[in-house]
Amino acid sequence: MFEAIAFYLFAFLTIAMFYITVTTSQALYALSALAAGMIFISAFFFILGADFLGAIQIIVYTGAVMALYAFGMMFFDTTRAVKEKQGNKFIIVGMSAIAAVLIVAIFAAPMLSTNITAFYPSVADIGNTQEVGMVLFTKYLIPFELAAVMLLVAMVAGIVLAGKQMDNSLTLEDDTNKKVLS
Amino acid sequence: MEKYLYIALFAPLVSSLFSALFTATPKKTFTGIIASLLIFSAFVSSSILLMHILGGGEPVHVEMMTWMATGDLYIPFGFVVDEISVTMMMVVTLVSTIVHIYSIGYMDHDKGFNRFFSYLSAFVFSMMILVMSDNYAGLFIGWEGVGLCSWLLIGFWFHKESATWAANEAFIMNRIADLGMLVGIFLVYWNTGTLQYDGAFEAFATLDITTLSWIGIFLFIGAMGKSAQFPLHTWLADAMEGPTPVSALIHAATMVTAGVYLVVRSNELYSLIPDVGLFIASLGAFVAIFAASMALVNRDMKRVVAYSTLSQLGYMFAAAGLGAYWVALFHLMAHAFFKALLFLGAGNVMHAMDGELDPFKMGGLKKVMKWSYIMMTIASVALAGIFPLAGFFSKDTILEAAFAEHHFVIYSVLLFTAGLTAFYSFRLTALIFEGEERYKLFGFHPHEAYKFMLVGMSPLLILAIIAGAFRTTFFGMVEEALSAIEYHIHSEVTLWVMTIGTQAFVVLAIVYAYKKYNNSGITVPDGTGKMENSFMYKLLINQYYIPYAYETYLVTPYRELSDIFWTHIDMKIVDASVDGIAGIVYNTGEKTSKMQNGNLSTMLQLMVVGMLGLLSLAVVFGLAVRYSDGILAILSGLGV
Amino acid sequence: MMEIGLNHYLILSTILFAIGLVGVMRRKNLLLLFFATEILLNSVNIAFAAISHYYGDLTGQMFAFFVIAIAASEVAVGLGLLIVWYKRHGNINLDNLASMKG
Repeated sequence: MFEAIAFYLFAFLTIAMFYITVTTSQALYALSALAAGMIFISAFFFILGADFLGAIQIIVYTGAVMALYAFGMMFFDTTRAVKEKQGNKFIIVGMSAIAAVLIVAIFAAPMLSTNITAFYPSVADIGNTQEVGMVLFTKYLIPFELAAVMLLVAMVAGIVLAGKQMDNSLTLEDDTNKKVLS
Repeated sequence: MEKYLYIALFAPLVSSLFSALFTATPKKTFTGIIASLLIFSAFVSSSILLMHILGGGEPVHVEMMTWMATGDLYIPFGFVVDEISVTMMMVVTLVSTIVHIYSIGYMDHDKGFNRFFSYLSAFVFSMMILVMSDNYAGLFIGWEGVGLCSWLLIGFWFHKESATWAANEAFIMNRIADLGMLVGIFLVYWNTGTLQYDGAFEAFATLDITTLSWIGIFLFIGAMGKSAQFPLHTWLADAMEGPTPVSALIHAATMVTAGVYLVVRSNELYSLIPDVGLFIASLGAFVAIFAASMALVNRDMKRVVAYSTLSQLGYMFAAAGLGAYWVALFHLMAHAFFKALLFLGAGNVMHAMDGELDPFKMGGLKKVMKWSYIMMTIASVALAGIFPLAGFFSKDTILEAAFAEHHFVIYSVLLFTAGLTAFYSFRLTALIFEGEERYKLFGFHPHEAYKFMLVGMSPLLILAIIAGAFRTTFFGMVEEALSAIEYHIHSEVTLWVMTIGTQAFVVLAIVYAYKKYNNSGITVPDGTGKMENSFMYKLLINQYYIPYAYETYLVTPYRELSDIFWTHIDMKIVDASVDGIAGIVYNTGEKTSKMQNGNLSTMLQLMVVGMLGLLSLAVVFGLAVRYSDGILAILSGLGV
Repeated sequence: MMEIGLNHYLILSTILFAIGLVGVMRRKNLLLLFFATEILLNSVNIAFAAISHYYGDLTGQMFAFFVIAIAASEVAVGLGLLIVWYKRHGNINLDNLASMKG
């Protein structure tokens, strides 16, 4: 029963937060609502017993990604309300609704089949984190390493794109270094 | 022998193509000379073939190549030279050669000299195909070909609106009749399975009378158009807009006789349906007197001769309708000679008088144009049917045939027409050549035609005189092919009375004509004379108001109808729909070009649209797979 | 209704996905467009985790894990590009980015 209450509560909150994100005209409100939505989604992960994933969601998504967005927002002039020329509202909402219905229909199909077996079945007694670790570093090692490389590349790209006056080194400011540089 | 067939057939084509090379250049005499030489070679080949057939040789039959071989239909390009076609070939090539030679002089000052010979030779080629073909389809090709060349030649001086109008009238009237002919040909094929003459004729014996009657009627409708029988006759008189050699060749000797040829060729069909034959004969007799009556008062020289042709065609059809096919063919041959001679003589007169056609404005020309006078008079005598010239033997045989078959009405009509023929022919010659020289009042300076033209016309003169002698030879040749019979009047006395009576009647008519038109009191009628205002005169000179009736009741409403169709249907519906389709495509392009406005938001929306499409497909296919058994059951129930 | 099954989670995921679509189609400010993209990714994560839970398979969680990693790097690069664009043009309104027109 608790599960049901928690599910419906967090579902309602998540939907509300995300609705605010897509409809508000104030960028700050959108950012805050997005962050809140992320937190509530991690609640879902905890309900589902995916502890590691829930923790990662809070740390990476809400912590890192939203912080990055917040820094970005400081950069752009977002204090004034975003003026947007609206496209046809009915088409947009209508298309989304149709998409939702179709996806649900598609999701319903596998429910009716009974042939689904688990590739990597979870073992009951050890904790979720340990299980994730075991699978991640054995079966999913290569994607893990590639993800690491990708993150490195993204980091370098971010620095290069956003940095300014990188021709001058900040650590080699004194005269001796100037001689080296010239 | 086959090579003579091919020479006779294709020499005119070579001549036409050769002259066609020079149509855009000014007059070159050698085109005329070479054209004449090539046609002459065709004549020589035809003569050799004639000798061959006369000497008892087998008809020459070649199949050049296959035209259509689809399913059960087999039509080859086949040619046959038998008794009937060799007669026609000889007539056509002889008159064509003479006309070609004559045209070298007649079209002397014309800019379209080379073009004329090209058209003329093309006509000869089409006519040869018509007479030499051994199946109805080949006949039809030639039929259409002569119609086309006739149109080209009548409208030769295409800058004259009257000429183009006359050409269109001729072609369209022919086309209307061709519809009947096509239906006839379809019926032949449908009932007999073949269009070859021999195959079809064999099969005709097994068909019932109704079918045969319909076939005969429809084929005769085609003949009516080509040979200008009533009511499709108005084009022949108007066709005189073309140059005179054209009239001589086409409208005297060859094209208009194609209808007679068709009936004679299909004699095995028509002998099975004597009722249709009687109708043809009656129509022929009617046309004979109808045309002769219109020629009595006409003031256009060439038109008089044209009506005379129409009248003689009526004679030929009367003969063919009565079953006397060989007589029709013989009269065709003789008529070709003297009628062509008449036309060419008239051409000389017209040339001398700078294109003037009213015989009342001429007169006394025999002093200046002696040879033309002699030729035209002798041709008129032959036309009237005076013994011993050619016309007597052919026309009198027709009268005998009508009498012997006990068709007395037709006989009397034809007899009376003979008198009328003599009258108007000599009215014409008297007005033109005899009497006072009225032309001097109008300032004309006539002169005789070139010597070589006169020399070229001389074979026709000789043949017009002596052709009667060939009657027995001709009879012997076609006896078997046309199941010909000599007509015997039962008693000798009747025969002599008939012959002498006919001759006397004709001579009386000639004398009367001379008396009326050879005196010195002839003036140009100017619309005030008593006779001119009489009802009969007005009726005849307006050709019984038939052209007027056609114009008012057929042509004008049809033009209005076409106009309505053009403005309301063609432009508003057809054009609009085509433009509409183009408009739709254009507007769709313009509207969808907004897809490419470079706006990211639009692209994202379109992406979602695409995603929806794919999702729908996924759902549909999933459902199809899930319920595939049920779907198969439904589809098989529907019969797919 | 009381018993939360897989269907509930999937329907929730679908609703969130639809909201994300609305945002993607509607937003004209690039930064807010990125927010909507985040919503899309998160909804998918919920779906993965739910399926993983109800079928006892860890594959779903692995997938969600990698999605998070990729989303993070995507944000970094995207914001970097956005900064460059902002420096060049002074605004980040979508309607001004029409150089691909035609």
